[in-house]
Amino acid sequence: MPTMNMLQAINNALDIAMGEDEKVLCFGEDVGSFGGVFRATSHLQEKYGRARCFNTPLVEQGIVGFANGLAAQGSVPVAEIQFADYIFPAFDQIVNETAKFRYRSGDLFNVGGLTIRAPYGGGISGGLYHSQSPEAYFAHTPGLKVVVPRDPYQAKGLLLAAIRDPDPVIFFEPKRLYRASVGEVPEEDYQLPIGEAEVTKEGTDVTLVGWGAQMEVIERAVELAEKDGISCEVIDLRSLLPWDEDTVAESVFKTGRLVITHEAPRTGGFAGEIAAAVQERCFLYLESPIARVTGLDTPFPLTLEKEYLPDHLKIVEAIRESVNF
Amino acid sequence: MTTTADIHEPTFLAGDEFSIPTFRLLKQDGTLYEGAKAPELDKERALAIYHAMVATRVLDERMLAAQRQGRLSFYMQCTGEEAAVVGATAALDDADMIMAQYREQGALIYRGFTFDEFMNQLFGNELDYGKGRQMPIHYGSRKLHYMTISSPLATQIPQATGYAYGQKLAGDGQCTAVFFGEGAASEGDFHAALNMAAVHEAPVIFFCRNNGYAISTPSIEQFAADGVAPRAFGYRMHVIRVDGNDILAVYSATQEARRIAVEHNQPVLIEAMSYRLAAHSSSDDPSGYRSKKEEEAWREKDPLLRMQRWLDDLGWWSDDEEKALQESLRREVLETMKRAEKRPPPPLDSLVTDVYADVTPELQRQLDALKRHIRQYPDAYPKGARALDPDVRAGDDTAAKGEK
Repeated sequence: MPTMNMLQAINNALDIAMGEDEKVLCFGEDVGSFGGVFRATSHLQEKYGRARCFNTPLVEQGIVGFANGLAAQGSVPVAEIQFADYIFPAFDQIVNETAKFRYRSGDLFNVGGLTIRAPYGGGISGGLYHSQSPEAYFAHTPGLKVVVPRDPYQAKGLLLAAIRDPDPVIFFEPKRLYRASVGEVPEEDYQLPIGEAEVTKEGTDVTLVGWGAQMEVIERAVELAEKDGISCEVIDLRSLLPWDEDTVAESVFKTGRLVITHEAPRTGGFAGEIAAAVQERCFLYLESPIARVTGLDTPFPLTLEKEYLPDHLKIVEAIRESVNF
Repeated sequence: MTTTADIHEPTFLAGDEFSIPTFRLLKQDGTLYEGAKAPELDKERALAIYHAMVATRVLDERMLAAQRQGRLSFYMQCTGEEAAVVGATAALDDADMIMAQYREQGALIYRGFTFDEFMNQLFGNELDYGKGRQMPIHYGSRKLHYMTISSPLATQIPQATGYAYGQKLAGDGQCTAVFFGEGAASEGDFHAALNMAAVHEAPVIFFCRNNGYAISTPSIEQFAADGVAPRAFGYRMHVIRVDGNDILAVYSATQEARRIAVEHNQPVLIEAMSYRLAAHSSSDDPSGYRSKKEEEAWREKDPLLRMQRWLDDLGWWSDDEEKALQESLRREVLETMKRAEKRPPPPLDSLVTDVYADVTPELQRQLDALKRHIRQYPDAYPKGARALDPDVRAGDDTAAKGEK
């Protein structure tokens, strides 16, 4: 099986999608011959032509508006927003248009073919405007699906699923892992399910839930915790909307403890939603308060990025507190 | 890329170098301007256009009255702009996509949307294609290639660019026409759409209805420029300004715009100069921001009257036919309204369907919980209770109104 980094896996998924269906189009700022600022769309214009893979003007609301129209027409647009931090000019098109297209027309029209790709997250010295994790804004919008892969294998399978999904998907890519995360990825076509979490490690004492780049951080924390003799169960949520309540609840029934972590600020972050749902379903099984290990309620810092981030040490402390409560 | 000559003095352009003329063919008395040539329009199509314009006027008058009687929550009239909307639609191919703003019911009438279909949407009943989810006037029709209306302004404009780009790739020879007001043209989406259409060579017709007002804001407070048309230069786009109350000029300009769009894959901007004779919506009262005198001056330029005179002169229309048409349309509006009012609301499950292609497990749980609650308090939710248990008539309509 070939080894790929996450960018290669994403590029490979786009290549497969464009190769099998001429209705699939890839576009965004610098996406054309340059292949995107991260090179996720490398060689796609060469291979499939300028009509199907192209640069757009620098206008996010236009990119998503254009993509909505294409999807309504029956094309399968994969629009790139260069950084998730710059998705907000398109917020109206996504929240009021993409998300509501099928519902408001009574299913006369839909934009289910649409996928919006956007690199998110910190750890790259990007400061306020190249580090944000805006998933919670979109997870608050019925009609969207929100997907975040953790590694190259997941990225390829989930992106192919997103492109073929009958609903519009926002696909947040952990850009810190674009080149850092390397793994075996099958050359052939495969899909991973949207809306299903994955238990990446079984354990009995405490459940850890995360997604995207945070999964790698959880892994490091778990190594430390297990040295203390704490058995950890780890769940990659993969989809935030819809999210897999059942898998998380079943795990908490077993462990009685839950630690949730994300890079985004705490207040209004998606961990709050998970905590609320889990206490509703698992109240009598909980042995300790549900813990959240998140970014601070501040804009994303630059010089003090390391201090801000919910790293493995903060997570392992939360695990210890949960177990020793 | 710019192609430009050098200058060696700081000579500024003031932005008013371009004066855009207005294309007119038909005078208000129904005769052609000297030297003007009417577009080829046979009797059958001319009468179809006129019927659609009159039907739009009648529907609007009756439905506003119904709103005033409390039978309808909300309404928006096209009054004064029928020629712009119907004329443009008639010049398109029937399979071209129309993306409207909200005041373009005339386009639907021209394409054959029935009064029953209008009424089902207006009353949000079980037969409404939109399943009672949107406020009145948010029509849509897949079979008539008319995109469902969305309240946020100007969002449809970049969507039209994308839709048209897809049509170009599909190679089926269709284009998209997108309607919007001069107020909506201030939104960022407008600029994004026109620029992208020019850059990506999308066969799209941007049809601006410049009707003078965005609710109460006059166009003079909307932009300093000479209308919306000059913006086309900034995007290097074909543009024409047309008398929006002149059915022949609108038809002719749109026909030519369609040719440019479809044959050359070039976008076109049309600015139709007109006037919103009615209020912005049933919730608006124009007496607070404009004079009766101004309204009267525009009433003189009524596009229906102008077309009627032209048809009269050709011997294609008579006063008797006018009277009969008006009467039959009024009757039909009242009959279809009564039918639609009596129909039950959409089923309760339509609360959660179409959010996604399939109802998610979480949404199903929420619906099940809601159903249990409604069964517990059926009187508080008469529509939902009736949908759940059609035999159990929870409360009656009087009680239902009391709840509101």
